[in-house]
Amino acid sequence: MKKFINKIDDILVESLSGFAGAHHDLVKLSLDPNFLTRQQKAIKKVAIISGGGSGHEPLHAGYIGYGMLDAACPGHVFTSPTPDQMLAAAEEVHADKGILFIVKNYAGDVMNFEMAAEMLPFESATVLTSDDCAVINSTYTTGRRGVAGTVIVEKCVGSLAETGATLQACKALGDKVNGLTASMGIALTSCTVPAAGRPTFDIEDNEIEMGVGIHGEPGRKREVMREADAIVQEVVSAILDALKPSPNSEALLLINGFGATPLMELYIIYNTAAKLFNHHGINITRSLVGNYTTALDMAGASITLCLLDDEIKQHWDSPVHTAALRWGV
Amino acid sequence: MKTSFILSASESIRDAILDHESELESLDRAIGDGDHYINMKRGANTIVEIRAELESLTPDAALNKIGMKLLSTIGGASGPLLASFFMSMGKILKENADDSVPSYAAAFVAGVEAIQQRGKAGLGEKTMLDVLIPVAQQFSTLATSNTNIKDICTALMHTAEQGMLSTKALIATKGRAAGLGERAIGHIDPGAKSCQLMIEAVCKQVLLIQN
Repeated sequence: MKKFINKIDDILVESLSGFAGAHHDLVKLSLDPNFLTRQQKAIKKVAIISGGGSGHEPLHAGYIGYGMLDAACPGHVFTSPTPDQMLAAAEEVHADKGILFIVKNYAGDVMNFEMAAEMLPFESATVLTSDDCAVINSTYTTGRRGVAGTVIVEKCVGSLAETGATLQACKALGDKVNGLTASMGIALTSCTVPAAGRPTFDIEDNEIEMGVGIHGEPGRKREVMREADAIVQEVVSAILDALKPSPNSEALLLINGFGATPLMELYIIYNTAAKLFNHHGINITRSLVGNYTTALDMAGASITLCLLDDEIKQHWDSPVHTAALRWGV
Repeated sequence: MKTSFILSASESIRDAILDHESELESLDRAIGDGDHYINMKRGANTIVEIRAELESLTPDAALNKIGMKLLSTIGGASGPLLASFFMSMGKILKENADDSVPSYAAAFVAGVEAIQQRGKAGLGEKTMLDVLIPVAQQFSTLATSNTNIKDICTALMHTAEQGMLSTKALIATKGRAAGLGERAIGHIDPGAKSCQLMIEAVCKQVLLIQN
């Protein structure tokens, strides 16, 4: 393992401290329990809190700020945060209109946020994101995983919350965006969890993992490496199957890098994916390309399509000022 | 049961987890995401570290404290599940204050039910419950049939092992392995393995005291 690490036990706090220092104009860090909030507390709005295991940076702390999150709770690498973190963060950011948790649909995250919600002295609601359409068999009751589409949910819900909308309205928009979003990832290599010290899964030089999750957990199947167009074609088909968009739909296309894939390649994926979606009558009018939901040092990428209506477009386009997304301000 | 037993059992559990590092890691690498061992180790070490705090508590309060501490330490799915188990066990022990084997069995059953509720899972889903549900059922039956404690422990260790091995043939419908479909077949569930190890560690501790 070759990583920029001092002591394994210190990586989380050192990384969070670096993030908070680099973006001190936007965020404040509290330790033990660990959570980050906006530098300027918002007033009279639904407080949006997200969180999850670390290793997916800039998710979630990179999305704290005007127009997006009020707080984020980072867990250990690839491990859900604990309820005491959510409770402390909620105490700090609640602004008289309730707390909305945005949670990626993984058993650990769901249970920890659920216990936090039960203990919370404020009104709360939860949006579970489940955009990963890689897991085919619908009898798997855990359901689809929440991956890069979570960024789109956080952006739109965060925008609506700034208008003073109610908790119910924020939850409804989050659920709507989630339902109109589908993602699928491809891994070229494994990631290495620092504390484990070796790759999470074994994969040959000529193999790819189709439908990989953002923790390196396996997806649909192991396949032979092919040229980019063939891989993208397979992912685009899976997304179209999942969303079944009507012709002349408008959509946002997000090409997300997992951490070790160059932007140059992400744009190759965008180029092909946009053409293929266009060919199916989908008009890509919004796009985002970069590392937005990573899996440590995994090489690979995910493709996310979010179908747009006027409401979603309005909230995607509205001003946002966070470490990882900034426009209109 | 005295709090001192809970403390020595916690140490046995920690040792059992540490002794099986490579096995737990490779099981989780096969069908999970590789963090199960790290989380279990963090939880087990923390409980041993708060020994001084636990010592002065009654057994039910100690179990509740262990649950709260695990909840804020482990994270992942194991954190809330194990926390629910210990907190429910503590609650039942508090209600049935008698120091008897049926009381412990009732507390164990309540703990396992709390895990089922929190995890919304049951038997045959390739999880820790494939160990815990059969062990709880057997514990409950034996505890009310005048079986001596040594025989109970021996039986429970065997049932835990069988339950753990049974996960090998299953498809996962809960947890991280649920995305794997048939590829999960042939691998023991890491959560089932760590539960079996914990049950074995506690039972061995009981046998040690009895001998």
